[in-house]
Amino acid sequence: MATRLKEVDAITVGLGWTGAILARELTKTGLNVVSLERGPDRVPGQDFVLPSVRDELRYAQRLELMWDNSIDTLTFRNFSNEQALPIRRIGAFLPGEGVGGSGIHWGALHWRYLPPDFRIRSALAERYGAGAIPADMTIQDWPLSYDELEPFYDRFDKTCGTSGKAGNLRGQKVDGGNVFEGPRKDEYPNAPIKSSNAGLMFAAAAKSLGYHPFPAPVAIASTAYANPDGVTLGGCEYCGFCNRIACETNAKASPNSAILPTLRLEPKFEMRTRCFVTKLNYDSSAKRVVSVAYTDMRDGQEYEQPAEIVILSSYVFSNVQHLLLAGIGEPYNPVSGKGVVGKNYAYQFEAGASAFFEDKELNPFWGSAGMGVCIDDFNGENFDHGGLGFFGGGYLICNSAAAPPIAGRDVPRGTPQWGSEWKRATVKWYHHAARFNTQGSVYANRMNYMDLDPAYKDVFGRPLIRLSYNPPDNEFKMSSYLLGKVEDIIKAMNPTHYDMHPRPKTFTIVPYQSTHNTGGTIMGSDPKSSVVNRYLQSWSAHNLFVQGASVFPQQHGYNPTGTVGALAYWSAQAITGSYLKNPGPLLHA
Amino acid sequence: MVAAVDALIPADEFSPSGSDCGCAVYIDRQLASAWGGGAKMYRGGPYFKGKPEQGYQLPLTPAEFFVAGLAAANEWTRKTYGADFERLSQDKRVEALKAMEDGKAEFNNFSSRAFFARLHAMTIEGFFADPIYGGNRNMASWRMLGYPGLPATYARLIDQYRDKRYTAEPQSIADFS
Repeated sequence: MATRLKEVDAITVGLGWTGAILARELTKTGLNVVSLERGPDRVPGQDFVLPSVRDELRYAQRLELMWDNSIDTLTFRNFSNEQALPIRRIGAFLPGEGVGGSGIHWGALHWRYLPPDFRIRSALAERYGAGAIPADMTIQDWPLSYDELEPFYDRFDKTCGTSGKAGNLRGQKVDGGNVFEGPRKDEYPNAPIKSSNAGLMFAAAAKSLGYHPFPAPVAIASTAYANPDGVTLGGCEYCGFCNRIACETNAKASPNSAILPTLRLEPKFEMRTRCFVTKLNYDSSAKRVVSVAYTDMRDGQEYEQPAEIVILSSYVFSNVQHLLLAGIGEPYNPVSGKGVVGKNYAYQFEAGASAFFEDKELNPFWGSAGMGVCIDDFNGENFDHGGLGFFGGGYLICNSAAAPPIAGRDVPRGTPQWGSEWKRATVKWYHHAARFNTQGSVYANRMNYMDLDPAYKDVFGRPLIRLSYNPPDNEFKMSSYLLGKVEDIIKAMNPTHYDMHPRPKTFTIVPYQSTHNTGGTIMGSDPKSSVVNRYLQSWSAHNLFVQGASVFPQQHGYNPTGTVGALAYWSAQAITGSYLKNPGPLLHA
Repeated sequence: MVAAVDALIPADEFSPSGSDCGCAVYIDRQLASAWGGGAKMYRGGPYFKGKPEQGYQLPLTPAEFFVAGLAAANEWTRKTYGADFERLSQDKRVEALKAMEDGKAEFNNFSSRAFFARLHAMTIEGFFADPIYGGNRNMASWRMLGYPGLPATYARLIDQYRDKRYTAEPQSIADFS
């Protein structure tokens, strides 16, 4: 029997970026907020210190900061006529666990989506005719515009101390920045981080082909920086221990480094770690979530925590699972196309290349996760898709995220993987290899979705989420087009040798690809086509606000976290500015 | 295991052998670690073979898998070459490992390709991981690569070393502990 606790003003289910942003903004207005986090607390200066944080095996290979799949996982199949099987150890994507969530180990590439991305169905229909959009491509416009979100993008930039170079300042194009981006009110809080030698070579080659190179925008402070909350972030040391690892100088922004230092001091805030939320208790007649049930894994007891406001700020898969288990909203049915919960699962279609330059010294061991030079000429609607046979695109990057010794030793294709010949090639090329990536969009498709698995359960006896996903032909065509552009630039860099790495036709859950899972609780302008409204408020439960990339109607050609953070600030403002005055639906269907 | 890691990483002008670098010790310790015991792994049934795209689908922990694979490998070398792996000549060891890598070694009810992939991955990890895990003795692989290890604070060096190789005596976690 669960112990019923005293009601609080608000709960966040999960304490990553969005949980921390909402908790911070809500406590500022005087609300009592409790954050329930399934994993452990993680404290900079205590958990992430030299020398132990410089450990590729522990963090990047054994995945210390990631999801514990002995508690729960999801099941996966490519196609809905196959038997889904559990992901027994995560691989293709690596959600984080514990306070800070995936915001600790992320690569910190910090982007805004393009203005036309927010109205992609309308934009495609206007440019190519409504009939040009394939029937099974279930993309939809976002229910808000770039201009509406811009102040919140700006807010999140400043929280993170984002480093970069504006390419569009209040409508003025600025050379050296991303000239394709939407207008920004302000320059980036920090100057760009340094570019690697390979990045500079990429920039020169891209420019020679008429493209518009710029340093990748990153939530990594290029120099010491104080954010608006009064937290000071350190300057990047280019240590090369970044992706999958925590930053010991607090240069890479995380909830732990950028928000929690002040939030922890807030008397109206309480964090309960190792508390696993198992259920949202939903009153369908009152259209409210009345409480959440959780197990405190430190005492093994079940608790019921009532709250006036519930912020669902767990990872994409858990957000969807919570709604399906509680019966909030109509589950998506891929056959009829009806229902919305679980609809429009999308992902990032990343593919890359390696190039080898025998006469260049690249010092591959230094760098930071997002360190790179990009072009955005082939993203979204920045280029004409007429006659190409696909929609979508992505930015291209020469990324110098550092080449750690276990996983970062590229050798030309065809080299043996062991023995003296392998050692010879490894030694020959280690200092001379550059890597390239394409951050391809995935436009939603009718057959890519999530539902509850009929067979497999987690340790609490709850059905796992079942993911059905394979990229449609549209995405393969898009990716091969982007790789063609990468190849042109590599050739202009005059390498000794290069290899392109296209993806296999069938998506595999095994090797790492991207943690940019999106959709399932998509936002939109009516309950028939979406789970949440433009303020991320559930259409079916007015006190439930669903955060994170699960609200993306489709995935565009950028890393999602910039938009995730901006939406969290936007949603927080709707709650504190409107909802608190008059608790109820902010929009009527 | 010593024989296997030495075939994968032979002693040559680049580094001492895999076992002299501690790779066999590394594998032993990893199999005895929480990871080797299946920590953070979903182990609920029912079990099905599945497609390769669905990843590992056996009930065995990494340690159990490795031990079962080692037994199957020796059974196969006895059948094929008349002796356990460690008693084969260097040439035969290489030939046997190649057959496993290509999945051509027909183990009794066990995937030779999957066993080889695990053996190879762990040997490589041991060779290149920080020496605190028992492999990469004397930072042999880091010296071979020209990888400087710790403390890795480079902000002031990047511009200074543009198109110029930066070298430093490598240091490991143990050097700072």
